[in-house]
Amino acid sequence: MNTLKQAVTDFGWPRIIIFLFVVALFIGAPFVNVRVDSSFTDVFNRFGQNAVLVLALVPMVQAGCGLNFGLPVGIIAGLLGSTLAMEFGLVGWAGFLGAIALALPFAVAFGFAYGFLLNKVKGEEMTIAMYVGFSIVTFFAILWLLLPYSSPNMVWGYAGRGLRTTITLEGYWGRILNDFLALRIGENFQFPTGMILFVVLLTVLMGFFLRSKTGTAMTAVGSNPDFARAGGVSADRMRLTSVVLSTVIGAVGILVYQQSFGFIQIYNAPLFMAFPAVAALLIGGASVNKASMLNVIVGTFLFQSILTMTPSVINSVLQTDMSEVIRILISNGMILYALTRKTKVTK
Amino acid sequence: MSKTIDVRKILADNLVVVIFLVITAFAVPVSGLSAQFIIQELLTRIGRNAFLVFSLLLPIMAGMGINFGMVLGAMAGEIGLIVAVDWGILGVNGLALAALVGMPVAVLLGWLAGEVLNRARGREMVTGYILGFFMDGVYQLIVLYMMGSIIPIRSPAITLSRGYGIRNTLGLDSVRQSLDTLLAVRVGPYVLPMATYVVIGLLCLFILWFRRTKLGQDMRAIGQDQGVSHSAGIAVERTRIIAIVISTVLAMIGQIIFLQNMGNMATYNAHKQTGFFAAAALLVGGASVSKATIPNVFIGVVLLHLMYIVMPRAGAQLFGQAQIGEFFRDALSYAAIAMALVIYAWRKRANADKARAGLRGGEAAGGAK
Repeated sequence: MNTLKQAVTDFGWPRIIIFLFVVALFIGAPFVNVRVDSSFTDVFNRFGQNAVLVLALVPMVQAGCGLNFGLPVGIIAGLLGSTLAMEFGLVGWAGFLGAIALALPFAVAFGFAYGFLLNKVKGEEMTIAMYVGFSIVTFFAILWLLLPYSSPNMVWGYAGRGLRTTITLEGYWGRILNDFLALRIGENFQFPTGMILFVVLLTVLMGFFLRSKTGTAMTAVGSNPDFARAGGVSADRMRLTSVVLSTVIGAVGILVYQQSFGFIQIYNAPLFMAFPAVAALLIGGASVNKASMLNVIVGTFLFQSILTMTPSVINSVLQTDMSEVIRILISNGMILYALTRKTKVTK
Repeated sequence: MSKTIDVRKILADNLVVVIFLVITAFAVPVSGLSAQFIIQELLTRIGRNAFLVFSLLLPIMAGMGINFGMVLGAMAGEIGLIVAVDWGILGVNGLALAALVGMPVAVLLGWLAGEVLNRARGREMVTGYILGFFMDGVYQLIVLYMMGSIIPIRSPAITLSRGYGIRNTLGLDSVRQSLDTLLAVRVGPYVLPMATYVVIGLLCLFILWFRRTKLGQDMRAIGQDQGVSHSAGIAVERTRIIAIVISTVLAMIGQIIFLQNMGNMATYNAHKQTGFFAAAALLVGGASVSKATIPNVFIGVVLLHLMYIVMPRAGAQLFGQAQIGEFFRDALSYAAIAMALVIYAWRKRANADKARAGLRGGEAAGGAK
């Protein structure tokens, strides 16, 4: 009994409530005429769409840099990659892979600068990361207007310059991962095999990396910097590596998101993209300084299930659209819970 | 020699202010706006915003950083205004009623925020920020779903057509600019909202007085060192909660002053940018995360809003697109906050390193003896 109690406390009441809530949503769905199979299609789609962005948070958590609210730094690199690939007229697989290839140098460069900055401000990373993210998004909003993009599919029709707020990937690489080997079962269920495989591949790679020599050193820096230093590990270098890695995966993450969503969203759209990713990771059982692959998978699945199911199920039950409020309360409540979890004993 | 070092130190201490000054000094003539227009706008905006910025001072004094949770107070003020409009109380009385209704809400929210922040020591700022998001959800739950269904709302004019929930835009005609016009003084071509200025002046006096009280001294002590303060018998947690409660109450009043000047209220969005603007103004005014003074507030409000007035026009003149100016001022404000936070964290670490190095040097000298 005591061990059960301990397990419950470790896992945290909020997560158990959220888990039960999701189960209740799926059980309740058929009773209010919401099709479970098409719901599952949505859940899998959104899971794949968001999982890589959640995965991007893991290295920095492990290295002790906290929750990466500066994820937009990576997202901007990804946006540069996809807009450039479109500008060069790359389509299909060449487009998607080209976008990744074009985004990488930006992600590495941004990651270095961002990581260098975060190394200078140990202890205040999260607040600063958040504002670095906001700054880069608004700064790039100017560049989207000024950079000499010329592809007629991307720029405003009447002015002939300045990127549109949403750019469709139709005819480029929209849904290229989703439709790759997609499994159709019955009328309403489709499994986005390609995208899920891609997510699994990245997750496995990340798992191996964290077990490698560098990955272990990174985790050591996160759990006990002094101990790591005594073991001959440079804390600054490991943290820098984790930030670069996080930024690079963030860039890939937004590209996966875009191909599934079908649109590139620029200007202010990336401003708050870090928050749902952070919430998902925490719902999966991660804490501010510890995260695993399992947390990513479970968390993204639970969080996206809530986002998919609440509009349809709750609205049918209550006859009113409360999904937005529920989303806000769950995601931010979870982040709050994680931030207030570890209390220091000073009175 | 010592003078050159002083100049560099002053520059380094006020880097954010200097950068803002330079950019604004460049943008003002480019915008082509008349001095009279700019000055009148600034006079209005000081009355509109200064009170909100003041609400950040006490938590900084208590070493809790920038209270991004001040948006909770803003929400309390909005709830007060909804009640005042619903009951149809006109003018300054309406504002007073709004503050009266908002008061218990703000105290409750402030106490809650203080409790939460006490559990998140060392990361108060990010926690306060997320708390603002979370309470925005609660606010929506109450205003959009409970008002008119559980909480009685009399006026059908402010409820949504479905019968419950407040409309997205709340017209504040009954209280519009009632404080500003209560004692509007005309000086040359300018109109000064003296009543608002008096309220702000009283707040300044309150803050000056508060610093000298026992409670104020306790807060400053806690801001210096929590451990030592605890040993000295100061109730650290309680004092921190009081700082946040006062901050939330001031933000509540500040939001009411802000909205009566605006004249209408975006029910679900009015508070979203409040924390950002207040923080940006204070930091642009030369405050740091650990030290903020009354002049910082006024310098900051003037500088930030000067930029907000001229930047769209400057962008339009330079690039032919006002939007570029708008993005630019947002980017600059976010960057100002980021930079102020970075400088603060940087300095904190440098001081810690220096202290450690001093310790080491002392030991070495002792060993040599």
